[in-house]
Amino acid sequence: MPLRWRLATWWTLLQISIEERLVYRADFALGTLMRFLPIVTQIFLWSAVYSAVSDSHDGQIVGYTYHNMVAYYLLTMVSRAFSSMPGLASGIARDIRDGSIKKYLVQPIDMLGFLLVYRIAHKLVYYAVAAGPLALVFFLCRGFFDGWPDSTTLAAYALSLVLAFLLGFFLEATIGMIGFWFLEVTSLLFVYMLVSFFFSGHMFPIDMLPGIWGTLVRAIPLHYLAYFPAAIFLGKVQGSALVWGLVIQAAWVVLFCILSRVSFWLGTRRYSGYGG
Amino acid sequence: MWRYVRILITCARNSLVRDMSFRTNFVLETISSLSWVLMNLGFYVLIFRYAPEIGKGTGWGQYQFFMFLATGLLINSVVQMVFMINAEEFTEAVRTGALDFVLVRPIDTQFFISIRRFDWSALGNFLLGIALGVYALGKMGHLPTALQLILYALYVGCGIAIYYSLMIALAAATVWMGRNLTVLDFWFYITIFARYPMEIYSGPVGGVLRWAFTFVLPVLIVVNVPARMLLRPLLPQSTAEWMLPLFGLAATVACLGVSRWLFQKALENYRSASS
Repeated sequence: MPLRWRLATWWTLLQISIEERLVYRADFALGTLMRFLPIVTQIFLWSAVYSAVSDSHDGQIVGYTYHNMVAYYLLTMVSRAFSSMPGLASGIARDIRDGSIKKYLVQPIDMLGFLLVYRIAHKLVYYAVAAGPLALVFFLCRGFFDGWPDSTTLAAYALSLVLAFLLGFFLEATIGMIGFWFLEVTSLLFVYMLVSFFFSGHMFPIDMLPGIWGTLVRAIPLHYLAYFPAAIFLGKVQGSALVWGLVIQAAWVVLFCILSRVSFWLGTRRYSGYGG
Repeated sequence: MWRYVRILITCARNSLVRDMSFRTNFVLETISSLSWVLMNLGFYVLIFRYAPEIGKGTGWGQYQFFMFLATGLLINSVVQMVFMINAEEFTEAVRTGALDFVLVRPIDTQFFISIRRFDWSALGNFLLGIALGVYALGKMGHLPTALQLILYALYVGCGIAIYYSLMIALAAATVWMGRNLTVLDFWFYITIFARYPMEIYSGPVGGVLRWAFTFVLPVLIVVNVPARMLLRPLLPQSTAEWMLPLFGLAATVACLGVSRWLFQKALENYRSASS
């Protein structure tokens, strides 16, 4: 198929997915706004924690002041807006279980490509709807930031967010492919969600983890989903560490891109569809 | 009255039989919810590596806070075990029209839809709550008196009743909204404010939040009051500390009353969905 036709197909798919996402826009906007509520309790919790920490640790926890910590939580919300893929792995596993995956096998369309475009459309709509509430929250909380970082840091931050999106997508897609081997993967997905929430840095900066735990978490890709972009913005990762971090993040993306492709190929070799 | 107790026991037994039919699933669900709690606990252990207490001078040190968490676990696990699954099923029954089958039964509708299913996998969290509470009290070297324990049980009951009222009121809203899949989302986002001691809400904004979530939507009462019954001296220092438990009782009665009224109103507006 010529490239022009192929692009036209993906463009149409993107448009359809955007239309679909906008059907329940009021519910979607309300849900988006509600998602910001937990940050309120986090602000108060950390304010209370830091009020007790002041004397013994110079008002800092692992190099984070109270303002840094709140800024960190706000920034991880942005990271997660890029890297979280609700329903992706469970959707793939469900399609495998109920047989609807065969539509990708008989139609001239690549499943991973389709899901990626579909996800991009969902994210674009999400950013369009969330931009208002997000801007409001950041404006109200602007006092927690020390100002804008320099342009190089901002560029690195933007790149790390795009890589976080791709890593989140291919990582979850690979996990979804496990459905080819185990039909029921709900518990596995819950475990992944749990581990991801804790070790991605969504719950707290992973710098807080002591000793071997910190080393271990830095060795796995999860912290590139939330912690790494936020740490770049706050200037916690700089110089060669920043460059290496981005290179390793990109390497994880490539690895999971290949893994998802290989597991789909292997999975479809053993897949059997029955009935009509 | 006895008939209702018998129905409650039957529903609990049937749900247990059902849960035991899918034993592996039951074990996995129990492990999942326990892991979630343990991870949260790990987060707080991390915090206490850096700070001696949550809020300077509040008295919520590590083990006092663990007692607070244990109380929250007890209340939340009972709500999850008994009411959460039923609230979800109620919203779906309104949408599909299956509520008709409950309305024609010779039993109080609110009672039946509230206790129809039990989620026994939440029992693990309940037991973990007791273990954590006993551990925290042991570490503090604090042996509560019989009166303290009775008051604790009473206020845990009040907490469960307040959460239940909130949940049933949100579920009842389904009747007006047609479809309300976000019942549990709302519940989650409101109860998130009750996860921490009320002292953390300080300053002008915190003061407003503390007031609103104590007197308007009393979710801050739910865990704070029972936890204080075990931890603080029984003779309160200030008028506010005297008033809070008394207000807790009044708030429980008011919440149950308002949610009952809302539920009845919702049933009056129910139009069924069948053909």
